[in-house]
Amino acid sequence: MDTVLPSTTDDLLVADHVRKLYPKGSGEDLLVLEDVTLRLRTNEIVSLLGRSGSGKSSLLRIIAGLMPPSSGTVSIAGRPVQGPAPEVAMVFQTFALFPWLTVLENVEIGLEAQRVPSAERHKRALAAIDLIGLDGYESAYPKELSGGMRQRVGLARALVVHPRLLLMDEAFSALDVLTAETLRTDLLDLWCEGRMPISSILLVTHNIEEAVLMSDRILVLASNPGRISSEITVNLPQPRNRLDPAFRALVDDIYARMTARTPGKTVQGLFPGTGISLNLPRVGPNLMSGLMEQVAGEPYHGKADLPALAGPLQMEIDDLFPVAETLQLLRFAEVAEGDIRLTDAGRRFVGLEPDGRKKLFAQHVLAYVPLVAHIRRVLDERENHAAPASRFRDELEDHMSVQFAEQTLKTVTSWGRYGEVFAYDEDTGVFSLDNPA
Amino acid sequence: MRRTDPTRSGQPPLGLAGERLSPNLYDLAIFILIAAAFAILAHGARQIAAPAERLVGQPIVLDPINLPEYALRTTLRMFAAIVASLVFTFVVATLAAKSRKAELVILPALDILQSVPVLGFLTFTVTYFLHLFPGSELGAECAAIFAIFTSQAWNMAFSFYQSLRTVPRDLVEVSEHFQLSPWLTFWRLEAPFAAPGLIWNTMMSMSGGWFFVVASEAITVGDTTIKLPGIGSWLAVAIDEQDIGAVVLAVATMAVVILLYDQLVFRPIVAWADKFRFEQTAASQRPRSWVYDLWRRARLTRRTAQAVGWLGAGVERLLPRPRARPIVMRSSTARPFDIVWIALVLAIVAYALWRIVVFTRQSLDWHDVVIAVEMGFLTFARVVVLIALASVIWVPAGVWIGLRPWAASKVQPVAQFLAAFPANVLFPIAVVVIVHWHLNADVWLSPLMVLGTQWYILFNVIAGASAFPTDLREASTLFRLRQGQWWRRVIIPGILPYYVTGALTAAGGSWNASIVAEVASWGDTRLRAAGLGSYIADATAAGDYARVVLGIGVMSVMVVSCNRLLWRPLYRLAERRYRLD
Repeated sequence: MDTVLPSTTDDLLVADHVRKLYPKGSGEDLLVLEDVTLRLRTNEIVSLLGRSGSGKSSLLRIIAGLMPPSSGTVSIAGRPVQGPAPEVAMVFQTFALFPWLTVLENVEIGLEAQRVPSAERHKRALAAIDLIGLDGYESAYPKELSGGMRQRVGLARALVVHPRLLLMDEAFSALDVLTAETLRTDLLDLWCEGRMPISSILLVTHNIEEAVLMSDRILVLASNPGRISSEITVNLPQPRNRLDPAFRALVDDIYARMTARTPGKTVQGLFPGTGISLNLPRVGPNLMSGLMEQVAGEPYHGKADLPALAGPLQMEIDDLFPVAETLQLLRFAEVAEGDIRLTDAGRRFVGLEPDGRKKLFAQHVLAYVPLVAHIRRVLDERENHAAPASRFRDELEDHMSVQFAEQTLKTVTSWGRYGEVFAYDEDTGVFSLDNPA
Repeated sequence: MRRTDPTRSGQPPLGLAGERLSPNLYDLAIFILIAAAFAILAHGARQIAAPAERLVGQPIVLDPINLPEYALRTTLRMFAAIVASLVFTFVVATLAAKSRKAELVILPALDILQSVPVLGFLTFTVTYFLHLFPGSELGAECAAIFAIFTSQAWNMAFSFYQSLRTVPRDLVEVSEHFQLSPWLTFWRLEAPFAAPGLIWNTMMSMSGGWFFVVASEAITVGDTTIKLPGIGSWLAVAIDEQDIGAVVLAVATMAVVILLYDQLVFRPIVAWADKFRFEQTAASQRPRSWVYDLWRRARLTRRTAQAVGWLGAGVERLLPRPRARPIVMRSSTARPFDIVWIALVLAIVAYALWRIVVFTRQSLDWHDVVIAVEMGFLTFARVVVLIALASVIWVPAGVWIGLRPWAASKVQPVAQFLAAFPANVLFPIAVVVIVHWHLNADVWLSPLMVLGTQWYILFNVIAGASAFPTDLREASTLFRLRQGQWWRRVIIPGILPYYVTGALTAAGGSWNASIVAEVASWGDTRLRAAGLGSYIADATAAGDYARVVLGIGVMSVMVVSCNRLLWRPLYRLAERRYRLD
């Protein structure tokens, strides 16, 4: 991705070698975006596809002018970005509507900021509301609307300022499956018929199918630090059909790319950090055994295709990948090329009774999760076999952010409790070896 | 969502949700500063109080014809104070929310000022304001208004500050994204978001304010006696003349005033503010008010609102168009400045400490401190016993009522009305009873302290029990929990956050009330219960500024300690463990 394309007048957006560092309390700054270069031409829809932690939202905010890059430049329509550019409008994941303003007032807010006279403001807002299929709801308050209708308001609010570039930050992920699909289709219809005043769309998503369904190009972001790992051009004609074999093949291909093992990296490279400072996702033992049972059972018999698995489980990659990778960390499964395969231990786990499962789980967490082993060792060494959680939290915070330390500790606590490796008392915040009778 | 009134979802009372748990050095510093300010004020007051000004205004006449006018004067004082408090809130809270340096000083100051007994302020402010406007009633008016102001401003500012600090991130991003001007951001985002919390606090403060307006209208500081035309003065004269009929009239008038206030001001505003509640789903129960419904249906009022809107837009247009704000990373280079700032504050604190020592050494010694602390513990004992008694009575009653929606909808407004009703209007009746039966004043004056404040416990418990989830009730019925078990395991934990809110408000109010409740008179008969309240009241009447400062200081320390060591940890526990969301 480092090849610098010759700049053409078609380029609506150019991000050039963008890096983003977050200062941490102590130690090194956290690198969330590493040298990202991307271009957006007019008249195309581009997806930024990545998992949480890939810095895709940070990248979008840098482009929107809500956040400055640490180094590198962004320019829109040939002008460098130094704050929110007038050519850009954004749709938010959480809708971000003002609950005390009506639909109409919410849509007008951007125009009001531009001091558009009230008559024209009104006219344009009504036109946008009409376009997006909200007529009749002008005087409703957001809380009276369903999620899908709310996001339509968000969309109308973005379109009414006549942006050239529309940014969508996981705009469909807070909606249920059916509503999201309707909204996507409606948006694509408007786009194909050229009825929206925009020339390009940049959308951030963690949903592979959404990316394939909507975009002309997909930029896959890899995590830790966030960087563009591959670029895929989608040549399927619109409207696209999810059941079309070419569509499926493309989805499979992207799954494979996203689970491809980077050569030279060990299993631990899955999660940021090493040793006891391994940054663990919030995945509980129930979820793990659930997935293992699924893979072990019909029709997979121990080896499953992740996209095929994701469908019936209603899990998107942000839910599925962490579970699969945790299983990999614990050596219960292997993930590669878009497939998940149970190891012998994994198969054995599925066949055991609850008590046996706990014992096997305990063996694996002690062997493969250094932090669990570390806590256990400390408890064993201490006279009273108890140690405050804050002690370990402080240790973790030397290596990771406060939130990640909290999450990692919570995960480890739930694993330790399930495997009966140690106990934890919520009231006192103390790890111990005694099991409550 | 959190940002609502306590009767509906258990919002922390002011400052309770704050992060700081144990008193720290900074609190001590601020405390010293405030004490010093009092000391200096008192010192100055003693200098100028010499030519005693006997106020000449029109004398209070116990003629029912005058009552409407007196009631109106009292009410106007209330509204003047609320306007002053709002202005204070907008300025100070915004400053604290936007500037870190201001925040470092303002927050602890507000926190301590909340705990200072309001009636204590009166001693100095009366003298000062009289001096400011010699020979006119204006000084006395200002002093009374200031007394009410001090009962409201701090927690309103606290509430507004907390709201400003918790504006949702995504809405801030939208405002930045569309480049809303600061003016537009304030009116479209910050003010609406803060509105429910601020309005609820304003209304509760105003309810509490009636007590203080009655107490501050008729006051004697040393040789200066003030009787401002109003219900409070009417009452004072009635007491002097032992006119029980006039006392009853005052009670009736006050009831009418509070009723009007409740129906015409409190309820409409709370109903209106409901639309600013930050929630994404429509609540099933909304506060209602017939006055508000009337207002909404009227066409003229809508036109007025529109005109106000245009006016606002006009102002916005007049303001300079903000240039596109370049975005910058917030740097951490402010460190050295912080150190300089803190050093400066510490230097001022040291100076303040020195002033206190100088001032108090003139007329006080350690023995006085010991006496004041002893008195403090007497009053403390009263507060503890009374709050415990009120809890034993009102928690079961509140639970019973709260679990029955039909009863709750009837009782809740009554409880709120009783909480707003200034209990000091009823004091003379109690005094007559005590005098008539020759009861022990030390014991029987005490209940007056919770007369007005116990209702906070009742209506918060009702609110908590009403909000208790039906499925949990059904589950406990199905499991056939025994009575004791049900109280211990189910309902007490379920209403704890609400109870703590109510009990804390009641306890704070009782401390304040002790200044007027521990000393009472009927004609020439003076009843006195030993305690810190009567200590301060006596010192005030004698114009003994040093002892007033000492008394207020001791009381503030005790209230702050109670809040920090008991209520805040309890509230935290309730929030963490027993919050049903």
